[in-house]
Amino acid sequence: MDDQNTETRTYLGVPLTRPRVAFFELSSCEGCQLQIVNNESTLMDFLSLVNVVNFREAMTEMTDHYDIAFVEGSITRSDEIERLRSIRRNANVVVAFGSCACFGGVNQLKNRFKDPDWVRRQVYGNHPIDTNETARPLEDFVKIDLRIYGCPVKKEEVEKIITHIAVGRTTVQPKYPVCMECKANENICLFDVGEPCLGPITRGGCDSWCPNNRFGCWGCRGPANDANIGQMQTIMKEHGFSEETMLDRLECFGGFTTYAEELRKNFKAKE
Amino acid sequence: MKSTRTIDIHHITRVEGHGNIKITIQDGQLTEARWEVVETPRFFEAMLVGKKWENAPWISGRICGICSIGHTLASIRSVENAFGIVPSEQTRKLRLLLKHMETLQSHILHLYFLSAPDFLNIGSFFPLIESHPDVVQRAARIKQLANDLCDCVGGRRMHPTRTVVGGFTMLPEKKELVKFKIRLQEVSFDLRKTAELFRTFAIPDFARETEFVSLKGDGSYPFIGGDLVSTDGVTKKEHEYKLMTNEYLVEQSTSKWSRLSRESFAVGALARINNNFFFLHPAAREIGLSYGLRPICHNPYMNNIAQLMECVHVVAESMGLIDELLGMIWKEPRQVAIPRSGIGVGAVEVPRGILYHSYEFDGDGKIIQCDCVIPTSQNHANIQHDLRTLAAKCVSQGKPDREIELLAQMLVRSYDPCISCSVH
Repeated sequence: MDDQNTETRTYLGVPLTRPRVAFFELSSCEGCQLQIVNNESTLMDFLSLVNVVNFREAMTEMTDHYDIAFVEGSITRSDEIERLRSIRRNANVVVAFGSCACFGGVNQLKNRFKDPDWVRRQVYGNHPIDTNETARPLEDFVKIDLRIYGCPVKKEEVEKIITHIAVGRTTVQPKYPVCMECKANENICLFDVGEPCLGPITRGGCDSWCPNNRFGCWGCRGPANDANIGQMQTIMKEHGFSEETMLDRLECFGGFTTYAEELRKNFKAKE
Repeated sequence: MKSTRTIDIHHITRVEGHGNIKITIQDGQLTEARWEVVETPRFFEAMLVGKKWENAPWISGRICGICSIGHTLASIRSVENAFGIVPSEQTRKLRLLLKHMETLQSHILHLYFLSAPDFLNIGSFFPLIESHPDVVQRAARIKQLANDLCDCVGGRRMHPTRTVVGGFTMLPEKKELVKFKIRLQEVSFDLRKTAELFRTFAIPDFARETEFVSLKGDGSYPFIGGDLVSTDGVTKKEHEYKLMTNEYLVEQSTSKWSRLSRESFAVGALARINNNFFFLHPAAREIGLSYGLRPICHNPYMNNIAQLMECVHVVAESMGLIDELLGMIWKEPRQVAIPRSGIGVGAVEVPRGILYHSYEFDGDGKIIQCDCVIPTSQNHANIQHDLRTLAAKCVSQGKPDREIELLAQMLVRSYDPCISCSVH
């Protein structure tokens, strides 16, 4: 899209410059990008706010001149490191877009195996395949300016954050857990209906998306501030859930890796 | 004088995932036409090993952002088949409704946002916002209906939350379904307008005889489970899927390839229609016939029209499903799952073709082995053979590079490939 009308657009009466926005994907399902297009009812407003200059999944035109780069996915192969570094050089603001970019996402589940060769052989046998031993988040390689959490990202949150960037406001991530939003939504507590849930320790901001659908939280947004993992373990245990269930959830998206590794050690020791 | 012309498209745009097209023409002769898949593998089949059954649909659904519902349903079916769970009629109808809406949103995304710009000679759908706002609004309206109904039944349009082994965590409100029926009626009209729009597009005239593989309809157009069939006359049971897919590895691709009776086969909307034309809703068949699409159609570009036909079919069938659901007394949303050792296979027709998930469990319901065969990985070899035939034809006709480049990209896009999915 071109830059015409840039000067005439305003937000709350303040003239707006439309930031040049680029979307990139590394190892991922490309779902977080798709959430942008999935935003049918507000897509037009969104497109009037920013100038999308790079979006390979939706457009053929491309350029290296952009202000904000949204990078989806984790790093799983060496060429992705170079791609990410060049994006970092081109962009003023680099946004880690979604749980894969922020924590490694489900891709990092392969990191738990001690033998990376086994992982390779499990899928490709003896066929040579270029891949890194572990899936890593973006921040392991470049400086990240902003994180948008979630698997997938929540469209309302993305729009809010992009609006903040466009009008030059700082973005404050929720410090409270999903559990608080769930209470505000007047949901029945999932523990009371026999479902495990990481809502008490997971960063909010998703409006308790999964628990609203009677599906317990798996921690895709990583830990809330001062998350009390020990107490979470106690709650899970009190409600009859195994350490394995706790571990499955803690390690699913990579946001709780340090706790998960600790728990895995105990768990393995007992096995 | 020697001359070498190359067409080198790095990371083809308006497709999901990363693939390259390389064509070399030397002294007026085609020497190379390659479809390369360079996507990074994520190793889903390894990461699920050792995990308990309830992880499978939740994690493996994340193979794909476009067809996460299809992956989730295939995964659930695989677990249920392994544990001997037979879903209730209520669950089957709700799952089919959810599946239909994923098909609709995915096909509309492809037709309007990824495919149409080629026919209109633009780089993306974005210029249409200014030039043809009515077209963009119509596309958005259809897609939004489909996605909203996915939210209503599956909890979320992407990586659904309510879909679990045994059924659903909770059910939609019946009064919501009533409202959706009205919106589906409105969208039927939008689909007629879509057909009019696509009738103005020149679908490239190209055909290469190949084999088409899909689920085999049994009284109705197939979507979830059933026998497997090919246009070359092969039929297999769902659990025999490996005899249908025959995966192998090649140097030019990080995705596996497949073959059956010939060097390649195709899956997807065109394959489903070629195998199940007479199970389609009459209005869908009529659209096909107006484009001259009748089985067996060997023009891969017609997959666009096949998708359009399926949009009409799923919207019509969804209205019927809602009526049936409203007429039923609803029971508990979910059956209890009791793990047992064994192997389960789930075959589901997702937007891009037939998808298989297969898990082997131990007695505690832990995954010992996992295998996922993705529609696009089954299509890669067929894309390669089409690309070569197309490029050779273009060269012999003396077409300029720009035209070859466009036709080659349109060919790949016709398959609506989901490349990151195919590598997973």
